[in-house]
Amino acid sequence: MEERKRKKTFRWRKWVPIFIMMSPGLIYLLVNNYLPMFGLVIAFKKVNFQLGIWESPWAGFSNFTYLFKTPEALTITRNTLLYNAAFITVNTGLSLSFALFITEMKSKFCKKIYQSAVLLPYLMSAVIVSYIVYALLSPDKGMVNNSILKPLGKKPVSWYMEPKYWPFILLLVNAWKGVGYNCLVFIAGLSGISPGFYEAARLDGASKWQEIFYISLPCMKTSIITLVLLQIGRIFYSDFGLFYQVPMNSGALFDVTNTIDTYVYRSLLQLGNIGMASAAGFYQSIVGFGLILVCNALVRRMDKDSALF
Amino acid sequence: MKIKDRTVFALLSHGVMIVVTIMAVLPFLLVFLSSITEENTLVLHGYSFFPKKFSLYAYAYIVKKGGKIFRAYCVTVFVTLIGTSINVFISAMLAYPLSLKDLPGRRFWTFYVVFTLLFNGGLVPTYLLYTSVINVKNTIFALIVPNFLMHTMNVLLMRSYYSASIPSELYEAAEIDGASQFKIFGAIILPLGKPIAVTMALFSGLSYWNDWTNGLYYLTGYDGEKLFSIQNFLNKVVTDIQYLNSSQVGSSAEMLAKLPTVSVRMAIAFVAMIPILLLFPFLQKYFSKGIAMGAVKG
Repeated sequence: MEERKRKKTFRWRKWVPIFIMMSPGLIYLLVNNYLPMFGLVIAFKKVNFQLGIWESPWAGFSNFTYLFKTPEALTITRNTLLYNAAFITVNTGLSLSFALFITEMKSKFCKKIYQSAVLLPYLMSAVIVSYIVYALLSPDKGMVNNSILKPLGKKPVSWYMEPKYWPFILLLVNAWKGVGYNCLVFIAGLSGISPGFYEAARLDGASKWQEIFYISLPCMKTSIITLVLLQIGRIFYSDFGLFYQVPMNSGALFDVTNTIDTYVYRSLLQLGNIGMASAAGFYQSIVGFGLILVCNALVRRMDKDSALF
Repeated sequence: MKIKDRTVFALLSHGVMIVVTIMAVLPFLLVFLSSITEENTLVLHGYSFFPKKFSLYAYAYIVKKGGKIFRAYCVTVFVTLIGTSINVFISAMLAYPLSLKDLPGRRFWTFYVVFTLLFNGGLVPTYLLYTSVINVKNTIFALIVPNFLMHTMNVLLMRSYYSASIPSELYEAAEIDGASQFKIFGAIILPLGKPIAVTMALFSGLSYWNDWTNGLYYLTGYDGEKLFSIQNFLNKVVTDIQYLNSSQVGSSAEMLAKLPTVSVRMAIAFVAMIPILLLFPFLQKYFSKGIAMGAVKG
């Protein structure tokens, strides 16, 4: 009896400090992440700032009916999904090839240089990236118009007014900025493959290509699929910086640069249309949640350690 | 035959990677070269890798007249230092308990943390929360508190690191010696978990240094502008130029003249990149490690 009591007080002395230690983090998550989740109900309200958000009358599904009647609803869904699908395909392909190239190299020095180079753009902010893109594409001072098109005798292009070029530009910029991250993930995976496999293959007279297709890629299969699935889980979320900063918020390009995130931002803070913004945000949160759950379940079936939960 | 095959592959990989390296690095060189190009040359011939005339005017301008720029730079440094320190501390203080196998309600707390990765309220409720319930608008907290004070993914990585790399016998021994939990945290977890803490600090520091979204959402008007970080400043210059170019205001030419010139803009952009470029060679190892684990920069 006495021993049990002592044990209990002992545990109490241990766990209270532990919970005090956890509390700043837990409170931050409550405020920054959980409160906004409840705030999603404003999508069903007709917000009247004089009454306050909670006192505002309910609007049922009217915000959603308005949203899905506008042509933008389709545009932003299409753009978000298609761009992300293209980004995932291109970035995975490129970064996997670069990772294979880099890991197979003998020179440590070269390895380090190449790794650093691909990582560098990943570390820059979207604002800086937009400055760089502007230096290349500005209609009057841009390098492409002045130093490439002019000497070739071609007419200058007003890049920021011509939607047809932007899917390609965004794909390129996104690859430029994002390939380094995936590349390093793959390099870590590739260097974990036992060298014994390659030695055995070499003894059997395998070619380099055979090594890649019969050893490297099969060994990487799980981690490639996992990485792709985790990205598919986030396919309803777009990189706000890429779609807002890089096209310089140019109205002429909205048809090909507007995604759910830029739409929510513009509706909320530039147009002040809180109903549309919250409806689009709700749509993104719910569909995004579903996709993440599905993809995570798939990841868990393949590789339990990589799953989020 | 086999040797030839390997040589072809080696040549191919070096060839491709050299092109990739050039493509990755050249844009930064363009920013730097434009910042030291003479203004008229820039206006006449545009941004170029081979400018006809150089000038250090842009940097002289920043040093002499760049009060606002200097101020924005200090804001960025301050926010990065404070935000990163808080981020690493509260993340570690949450990650350590989660790594304890006998934590009461461990499954619940883990779920509480992981759920924030799966579902989020998005911009609208977050914006309303930080402007009406907890008003951070036009205060320095606007740049520090929303979104960047903790990254759930990084907390989970720290938790895994602690449970994999720090033997639990150490805590048990310290407990028997009568050490308090805070003592254990300070004397065992922080020192032994230094590699992960440094890595996480880097990612957090990078996300603060590069952030322009919080400033865009929560800093408005004259009061807000005083708190602009360097990224917000750069962003604002572009918006102002676009606004003046598109508007039919009579005085717009005059106002345009007051804004930083092309070379000055590029110089500010370059100055904003300098710390990352300088620290990069030293920190590259930690970045690679962090990314290999799956760390995110927010």
